[in-house]
Amino acid sequence: MQPYEGPLLVATALARSYGPHRVLRGIDLTLQAGETLLVAGANGAGKTTLLRILAGLMRPGAGEVRVLGRRLTHADPDARRPIGLVSHQSLLYDDLTLEENLTFAARLHGLRAPRDAARQALADVALADRARSTPRQLSRGLLQRAAIARALIHGPALLLLDEPFTGLDARAAATLRGLLSERASAGRALVIVTHQLAESWDLASRVAVLAGGRLALDEAREGEVGAFVPRYAAASGG
Amino acid sequence: MGNVIRLALTVAGKDLRAEFRSRTALLSALVFAALVLVIFNFARDPTALSAEVLAPSALWITFTFGAIVALNRAFAMEREHAALDGLLLAPLPREALYLGKLLANLAFVAIVEAVALPLFVLFFNVDLGHALAGLIGVIALATIGFVAVGTIFSAMAVRTRFAELLLPVLLLPFMVPPLIGASALTARLLAGRPLSEMYGLIRLLALYDIVFVTLSTLLFPAVVDE
Amino acid sequence: MIPSFAGARSAVRRGRVLVVLGLAGLAAVYLLALEYTPVELHQGPAQKIFYLHVPAAWTALLIFSLMGIVSIVYLWLHDERLDLFAEASAEVGLMFSAIMLTTGPIWAKPIWGTWWQWDPRLTLTLFLFFLYVGYMALRASIHDPLERGRFSAVVAILGMLLVPFIHLSVYLFRTLHPKPVVLKPSAPSLPPEMLRTLLISFVVCLVLYAGLVMMRYGAGAAERLREAGGEGGEVTDAG
Repeated sequence: MQPYEGPLLVATALARSYGPHRVLRGIDLTLQAGETLLVAGANGAGKTTLLRILAGLMRPGAGEVRVLGRRLTHADPDARRPIGLVSHQSLLYDDLTLEENLTFAARLHGLRAPRDAARQALADVALADRARSTPRQLSRGLLQRAAIARALIHGPALLLLDEPFTGLDARAAATLRGLLSERASAGRALVIVTHQLAESWDLASRVAVLAGGRLALDEAREGEVGAFVPRYAAASGG
Repeated sequence: MGNVIRLALTVAGKDLRAEFRSRTALLSALVFAALVLVIFNFARDPTALSAEVLAPSALWITFTFGAIVALNRAFAMEREHAALDGLLLAPLPREALYLGKLLANLAFVAIVEAVALPLFVLFFNVDLGHALAGLIGVIALATIGFVAVGTIFSAMAVRTRFAELLLPVLLLPFMVPPLIGASALTARLLAGRPLSEMYGLIRLLALYDIVFVTLSTLLFPAVVDE
Repeated sequence: MIPSFAGARSAVRRGRVLVVLGLAGLAAVYLLALEYTPVELHQGPAQKIFYLHVPAAWTALLIFSLMGIVSIVYLWLHDERLDLFAEASAEVGLMFSAIMLTTGPIWAKPIWGTWWQWDPRLTLTLFLFFLYVGYMALRASIHDPLERGRFSAVVAILGMLLVPFIHLSVYLFRTLHPKPVVLKPSAPSLPPEMLRTLLISFVVCLVLYAGLVMMRYGAGAAERLREAGGEGGEVTDAG
């Protein structure tokens, strides 16, 4: 079978309302492997909604999302295979150890040797020594690392992150940045959604601003975050 | 199809492993069983009401409570850390998720029933005679019915503020046919009636189970998919 | 999707007309029941509440089935108007169900000597009432309109299919309830005056249902439009 040649992610005319409130009014987005897109926006701008639609968790009111050429619908579970999500919740079970949590995730994805995959995933984020700990016993920074291990265990081509730096101290944030910059160069596409630009700025190859339900800006990331901030403010205000 | 079963068992296995770690739900159900046992024995007039007349009622109250505890736990565990998103993100067909939760709930209730039944037989002096196998079958049929509906309702109720109250309110009418069927069959079994008198009720229970497991499986995506 | 305010207002107006007609019809049924129909041999005059209880019961059941069918279509088409209709029907159905539940014991007391029996048919009326209550309780607990629509639809569909099972449990039990007189496989065994009055009463209930649902639908539509920030407009005007 020919490997898929087109863009990794194509979102077309995405729209979504909550009752009378129109959160997204028409979003178009194309992403190639190797890109890291930073979507900035104020609180309530619809960033989480956009991310959930891109992840296939939420059905858009209009438009469609294609990942590796395959349309995301609830009825097609396999279309979701190439997707990984890191939200500010860890998606882990408190009563299971990290190894058990990741083994479960591996089984859900149909990986052939789930326990080995779990151990490898933990080793990749330097958590091998905590394999027998439960999420309750971990600090926020370690928990975030475990969440990333979970998200990456099946080798997704598209990694989506929702406010990944929330609640992390400087050291944990630096570790996270290191992890993510490795992943980006591994032929993946990343989408980072945040209202705080500073921490994710250097990771991004592209930056967009979500305001008024649309992408007000979508351009290559250049220069320092400081220079961008006024343009961000202007785009958000409009 | 085999994939759906494998994934359902994976989900069920995870649920049971997590429950055995914490044991809180299981223990509360078993403690309740002991409570019912004691209360029913001491709160009656022994000359007016023999213990074995009360046994079926006491038994079904215990089973029902065990079911509700199991049902509440099933999706409550998915709310912590938004674990449900992890399930919905995976290439997991929604039928597999529903069936996995159903299997876990049934296993949980089965444990409660397996512990409660012998205890009640013992303390309520019930003479089961040859009825044991039939009784187990009846209990199983009835339990599958309302746990099937309870599983999908608990997925809904857990998203509201009064989940523990809403679930019983929604589930109550759905417990009527299984409970009517189960109690009528239990009475007939214990009285040693011939099998031919029970076919109608058995068919009713079986039909109920088939219809509501199928329906709940089909409707489950409407509940979990945004 | 939703009609405009003008559309909502007209729904309320037309509904009101039907309700007035229905209430007039109800008075007529009352007269018919008292004067025109014969007194039943075994049960005496108390039996006459049957002309209210049975049509109310049929209507409550019919409404619930309608809600179930509309809910199936809603899950398929995602048309908000279907959800609005189901919501309006549920409130009216709850009312008929309450009538059914209160007239049942009122009929029972003089005949059986007790307000309540756990006989299966009275039990069915009780649980139909619970189904309505559960539906409304669920709707009240969920704020996101899309989620509320989906969840209520699921409950309505499951509930609709539950009713025949509750009814089936009836026939596998001995019952005190008068054996079904009208819905028997053979011809109904009621004298013609009774049958006619019964059917007229049923039609009156349907007219009342239609009118009340239209009014409630119109009010609900206006509510949603107002939330969406449409032009302000009171629907309950004098016109």
